[in-house]
Amino acid sequence: MERFQLVSKRRLAERVNEYVVYAPEVARHCLAGQFVILRVDEEGERVPFTVCDYSREEGTVCILVQEVGYTTALLARLEVGDRLADFVGPLGNPTDLSSYRRILLVGGGIGSAVIYPQAKQLFGEGRPADVIIGARTRDLLIYQDDFARYAKGFYPVTDDGSNGRKGFVTDVARELLQKESYDAAFAVGPLPMMRAVCELTKQFSLPTVVSMNPVMVDGTGMCGCCRLTVDGEVRYACIDGPEFDGHKVDFEEAMQRLRTYKAQEEEHMCRLRGGVR
Amino acid sequence: MNLLRHTVPAQLPEERIKNFDEVSLGFTPELALAESERCLNCKNAPCMTGCPVGVHIPEFISHVRTGDLDGAAEVLLRDNNLPAVCGRVCPQGNQCEKLCVRREKLGGSVAIGALERYVADHAKAKGITVSKKEKTEAKVAVVGTGPASLSCAADLAKAGVGVVMFEALHKPGGVLVYGIPEFRLPKSVVAEEIAKLTDMGVEIRTNIVVGKTVFLDELLAEYDAVFVGTGAGLPSFLHIKGENLSGVASANEFLTRVNLMKAYKKDAVTPVQRGRNVVVVGAGNVAMDAARTARRLGAEVTLVYRRSRAEMPARAEEIEHAEEEGIRFELLTNPVEILGENGSVTGMRCIRMELGAPDASGRRRPIPVEGSEFAISCDEVIVALGTTPNPIIKRSFPALETTPKGTIAADEEGRTSVARLYTGGDAMTGAATVILAMGAGKRSAHAMIEELKKAGKIR
Repeated sequence: MERFQLVSKRRLAERVNEYVVYAPEVARHCLAGQFVILRVDEEGERVPFTVCDYSREEGTVCILVQEVGYTTALLARLEVGDRLADFVGPLGNPTDLSSYRRILLVGGGIGSAVIYPQAKQLFGEGRPADVIIGARTRDLLIYQDDFARYAKGFYPVTDDGSNGRKGFVTDVARELLQKESYDAAFAVGPLPMMRAVCELTKQFSLPTVVSMNPVMVDGTGMCGCCRLTVDGEVRYACIDGPEFDGHKVDFEEAMQRLRTYKAQEEEHMCRLRGGVR
Repeated sequence: MNLLRHTVPAQLPEERIKNFDEVSLGFTPELALAESERCLNCKNAPCMTGCPVGVHIPEFISHVRTGDLDGAAEVLLRDNNLPAVCGRVCPQGNQCEKLCVRREKLGGSVAIGALERYVADHAKAKGITVSKKEKTEAKVAVVGTGPASLSCAADLAKAGVGVVMFEALHKPGGVLVYGIPEFRLPKSVVAEEIAKLTDMGVEIRTNIVVGKTVFLDELLAEYDAVFVGTGAGLPSFLHIKGENLSGVASANEFLTRVNLMKAYKKDAVTPVQRGRNVVVVGAGNVAMDAARTARRLGAEVTLVYRRSRAEMPARAEEIEHAEEEGIRFELLTNPVEILGENGSVTGMRCIRMELGAPDASGRRRPIPVEGSEFAISCDEVIVALGTTPNPIIKRSFPALETTPKGTIAADEEGRTSVARLYTGGDAMTGAATVILAMGAGKRSAHAMIEELKKAGKIR
């Protein structure tokens, strides 16, 4: 097995793939909540992905990737046995929910992959969490069986009601918050979803951790591209995060910063599709 | 004999702002010979005292004068592990050339830097390398692959020490690769200098972040000694309103996208902002690099600096080149706020400054002139205000003592608070120059070699 070879590739939902990469050096010290930066080929850009699982024995690291842009589309063209140009990590800080006992996990879209290892770990530690996962439609709900196994209460939600309840993760969260009592929430997903969860949990004074995934270049604090405002201070997602106190994150700014390279990204996609916009 | 210093041929400004090719074309053989004849071969060699790596300057220039370029190369390579780099990026005007006896009185200092480059390029073309001792059992880990680390690794390898270098990025070279632009330091030059090291048996492992992928205590357990040359990574910002708008980047980000990720090339995948009107804040070498890079990407560029021209920290040549390329300087000017609309930059509000009494740095302190605020219209801002040390190493290895500034605490030879752990370059001093980092790497290498000798690991 060669460094950075794809060990497995599994389609989990429409445009969502799970990749297992052979990277023993990364797997050796990897912990849930950290991320990796990869380049697909020698000309590729550096793109960060949160680790959703790893095996120290096998020397592998698992990431979940939704095809949303040039690099993720390029990645989707790779097959088992193909080799990534680069795969570096583990970067950032691991998730730390150790000081909380009753925890609510909320995952949106492929963000559910990031809360999955927490659900598994909390179950193993005898303090299973309540888990809400949401997606636009049933095909996009991931790891349902696993969550059902590890969660205390498992609440899938879809925007269109095609699976589980119809609505948003915040609808279920609100009801749970009204009847249950929690020490903390951990929410991972698209920025608008994390913002909505934080607005809700704030009303209940429930400490809430979110995982940010901004644009990055080096991932080691060098470029400052991933900066965001937390509690009025500039913080770097790569070295200070990626997890932050969700009640203090400036989501508005984070959303605006994520759009910085949108036009150029579309240009690249156009090239990948052979000139079709 | 012509007493005046010879000018190094360069691409014309109107041509070079359209490409990323090297600006300086280097001496021709005729110019190099003529310039070498200007060296007075001073007995006490004041120029040498200005060289952080102690190059035997009059000696190598004497070889040039007699047409013995191989001999010149051997002299140069004895002391300088990266001469093709130094000949291009060293601030010679503040070092060797500043101490040249000729200076103002005798037609200007000898163009030592340009001669160094000339000889180094000859050595490269002819494949002249230094001799190295037989490989020993000793092995040292070098963290980072920038100038301090490369210089340290080279001297260790020359002494027969086995060296493994660890690089966080996908390509080795550190600031020489991600920071300094192609038009000032071609990446092929850096690649060849690095190839010299690997030819000497130095192993380079990319994609390894020490403090994340592997920890310092693991390296200390596996190697006889460890050198940390991780540079000053974290960019400083202005801490003014509007700094997180889209279109505001650190010079590190902008230059990394362009240099390391090749975003200036048409088919590059990595995007970069291509503003029409770019404001660069700062006046060091990095600010000049950013301004001139933005110019080559097609922008009108204004450089904003709070002090006056005399205090600009960049190399004189870079400042001149920037001006020739049409970079506008707004001196004695400080940004107050970055203006934006819909999340993107539209301008910068500035205030004029005047110089007061000297501050701790010895430079006159800039003071805002009340009521002098004005706005510059722009669609991109690049902040080049220096960098602070990267905290990854420290956070992952608390035993390592740091200074209040966050740099790694160490003695003259780079010994840290941890036995067998050395440091040098920007990680130890804070942001400085390539050559100072190289000097530090060299000093640490020699201290390590002494230690290894004492321990009986090498002879």
